[in-house]
Amino acid sequence: MFHFKQLTEWLDAFLRQYLNEGWTLFVEFLLVGAVILTVYAVLALLLIWTERKICAFFQCRLGPTRVGPFGLLQSVADVIKILLKEIIRLNHVDQRLFRIAGFLVIIASLCTFGAIPFDKGLHAIDFNIGVFYLLAVSSLGVVGILLAGWSSNSKYTMIGAMRSGAQLISYELSCGLSLMTIVILSGTMQLSQIVEMQSTGWFIFKGGIPAIIAFVVYLIAGHAETNRGPFDLPEAESELTAGYHTEYSGIQFGFFYLAEYLNMFIIAAIAATMFLGGWMPLHVTGWDGLNQVMDYIPPVVWFFGKTFFCIFIALWVRWSFPRLRIDQLLKLEWKILMPISFVNIILMAVWVLLFN
Amino acid sequence: MITLEKIQSLLPFANAVENKGDIFTTAIPADNFLEAATILKDGGFDYLRDIVGIDNGESLGVVLSISSTEHPEAIVMLKTLTVDRENPRLASVKDLWLSAALYEREVHDFFGIRFEGNPDMRRLFLRQDWKGFPLRKDYDDNLEINPIPTENEDLDALENLPEIDVNSEKSFEKQHSIFEKEEYVVNFGPQHPATHGVLHLRVSLEGEVIKKIDPNFGYIHRGIEKISEVYTYPQILHLTDRLDYLSGTINRHAVCLAVERGLELEVPERAHYIRTIIDELTRIASHLLGWGCMCMDMGAITAFVYGMRDREKIMDIFEETCGGRLMANYSTIGGVMMDLHPNFQRKVREFIPYMRKMLKEHHLLFTGNPIARGRMNGVGKLSREDAVSLGATGPVGRASGWSNDTRKKEPYAVYAKADFSEILREGGMTFDRYIIRLDEIEESLKIVEQLIDNIPEGSYSAKTKAIIKLPEGEYFQRVENARGEFCVFIDSRGDKYPYRIHFRSPSMTLVNVLKHITPGTKIADLIMLGGSLDYVIPCIDR
Repeated sequence: MFHFKQLTEWLDAFLRQYLNEGWTLFVEFLLVGAVILTVYAVLALLLIWTERKICAFFQCRLGPTRVGPFGLLQSVADVIKILLKEIIRLNHVDQRLFRIAGFLVIIASLCTFGAIPFDKGLHAIDFNIGVFYLLAVSSLGVVGILLAGWSSNSKYTMIGAMRSGAQLISYELSCGLSLMTIVILSGTMQLSQIVEMQSTGWFIFKGGIPAIIAFVVYLIAGHAETNRGPFDLPEAESELTAGYHTEYSGIQFGFFYLAEYLNMFIIAAIAATMFLGGWMPLHVTGWDGLNQVMDYIPPVVWFFGKTFFCIFIALWVRWSFPRLRIDQLLKLEWKILMPISFVNIILMAVWVLLFN
Repeated sequence: MITLEKIQSLLPFANAVENKGDIFTTAIPADNFLEAATILKDGGFDYLRDIVGIDNGESLGVVLSISSTEHPEAIVMLKTLTVDRENPRLASVKDLWLSAALYEREVHDFFGIRFEGNPDMRRLFLRQDWKGFPLRKDYDDNLEINPIPTENEDLDALENLPEIDVNSEKSFEKQHSIFEKEEYVVNFGPQHPATHGVLHLRVSLEGEVIKKIDPNFGYIHRGIEKISEVYTYPQILHLTDRLDYLSGTINRHAVCLAVERGLELEVPERAHYIRTIIDELTRIASHLLGWGCMCMDMGAITAFVYGMRDREKIMDIFEETCGGRLMANYSTIGGVMMDLHPNFQRKVREFIPYMRKMLKEHHLLFTGNPIARGRMNGVGKLSREDAVSLGATGPVGRASGWSNDTRKKEPYAVYAKADFSEILREGGMTFDRYIIRLDEIEESLKIVEQLIDNIPEGSYSAKTKAIIKLPEGEYFQRVENARGEFCVFIDSRGDKYPYRIHFRSPSMTLVNVLKHITPGTKIADLIMLGGSLDYVIPCIDR
């Protein structure tokens, strides 16, 4: 079996032949950074294209078809356009905060992205508190959104930012609680170990009913975290034109746009890692033939397959449901999802005590 | 039944009551005007259709068109005038009908008549700093008096509501404002994705909750009524399509009917059938777009695309037959522009089962959606009394239980021959206004289905003279367009141009409804309620 770990170890050994400890690490950091940035950008382009195509098919349209085969180069063209666009300088905004906001959003998203295990060894940040790190870093984004809305000095962006703050902070709770359920089941917070433990069966199967409940809660709350679908109140197009990023133009707007798409990917990737086994192929204890066949499919394909499955669900929901109202949104979290999550944690603890 | 005797007994001081069909016209001295209006209101005339201003040369007058919801076929035209052209004043009837305040603002804007007691005497369509009153016959349209503006309208000018103090001896002007200084006022529009055109709503917010709302019209005002005074009747027809562009053919039908009535022209039966079918197809197209836009206002973009997709079929049928898609330009005085396309009947027959199938899909996608139901439940209650008093005709009024379908109450064209029912709902909630459009599509399909196979052979248009001169008199025609009662009022002095033409816009009252039902709701509800009322701005602005 080929694992990316072989490649990374070979690279490490190769560098160490010529360089001392410090320089090796420095070159490796640069390489990792470059790879992550590239993958981040390419994935975002791919996601934008996927969403446009899928949304088009939901709506009896064709989507992009002209630029490149199946319109594949459409998002590349869009990126070129957005890079060439003028960044409009507004007089009445708080210049410094206005500029920082976009970066904060994208930095939070990138930091989370780095912690995702794509394959064995293809994993930039892996500590023993991986899950905690994910939750901590991903919630930094809300600061950027609040700053964007506030520093724009416009009533629309202000309402958008306030809605966003209320929404993200609320749904963070359900998100965290449903991930905690899996941490109880696995007994570790290290993402690589969580994936390894699923080699005998994905947690959604191993964890039984509490894991399924946690999965559903996580999908809903995570979807709300991405500001999309029926939860797109912060940028409710028909109400607030574009919400917190109304005043942004050019690549400054592009940062928010990119982060939005990548957050969708990150949420789906975490769902895949925590519940659907990450890059781990489907194994059923006792069925060795099947297990071997499954092992022939490369882990990266497994990982992206599962992630895109979760993304597809998100898109499906987004393009079928109307938007919630702010009071309904908060009611859903505080009165429905959070009590369910609390009960579910206890349920999971009982499950672990009984069966493991 | 409302008879001449009844009206005469109600209004003893009326000079004379004339009767033409179901229209009773009476002139009242200005001093007794408010009294007469009050008597009529108490006598069951609870629906004020419109207030039309007229410049008679030496005097300025208004015509109130009033009906009773119990006997909607009868219309009372209550006239009054003032000879004071410098400082014309009339009593305001805003306490009798909720819709009156807005109509009076329009009359004031165009004729300069001040209504004593109306607290809001701002201009309605024109800029607050406009000089002169354009629909007066002695209006000077010199560009030096009103140059093309190079600066934005001062929003502070919108703040101050001039009013005439009736209690004071000298009757000086009072000024007061709508919003307090510390209120958080957000401008929705003129350019905003959810206002369905260039409507400007100033909304006072308390967090997410709406406290007060002040609509501001006129951003697409083209002065169609003024232009029409120098256009011949066939030329005016082209402007009517551009009022409520989503029910263009129906508006045009109204003007054709009014002129044909004046000319006493015999319109061939075939033309009546064609017009009715085209009108109903227009109504379906308009309701589909209205449904789609309402769904999009709630954030469901897919539903909007579904609505547009089905509307496209109707547009294709129009394109083949009329040449136009949005502006069909089809009816003419005496009939229709040209005969039906050979494919027309086949395509319409194919469309009916297709649309029925798609309606089921629309219900599946959106009507049963739990989020959609959650959003629409319990929001935006409009009671029947308010609907009547506000003059909210059409689907909005019918959703509140007011039976007001002109196609039933005063059938024109061949509606009397078609078997269809008027959809009525009792709730008056947002969901009622939502579902009534889909139900009306079904009824319209029924009408088209009955007529499409029975279009009589024969000529499609009556011969008219090259120059159409309407005999002296007043002509009034109402039709049911997709948004409510659309009326044409023509005052002819025997010329080939109308002396005064006025269109009643059903959309204008709908924006007034928005003003009444939104306080206390959330921002998201404001947008959704706007969608559920389905107003079209060019119809308001005219």
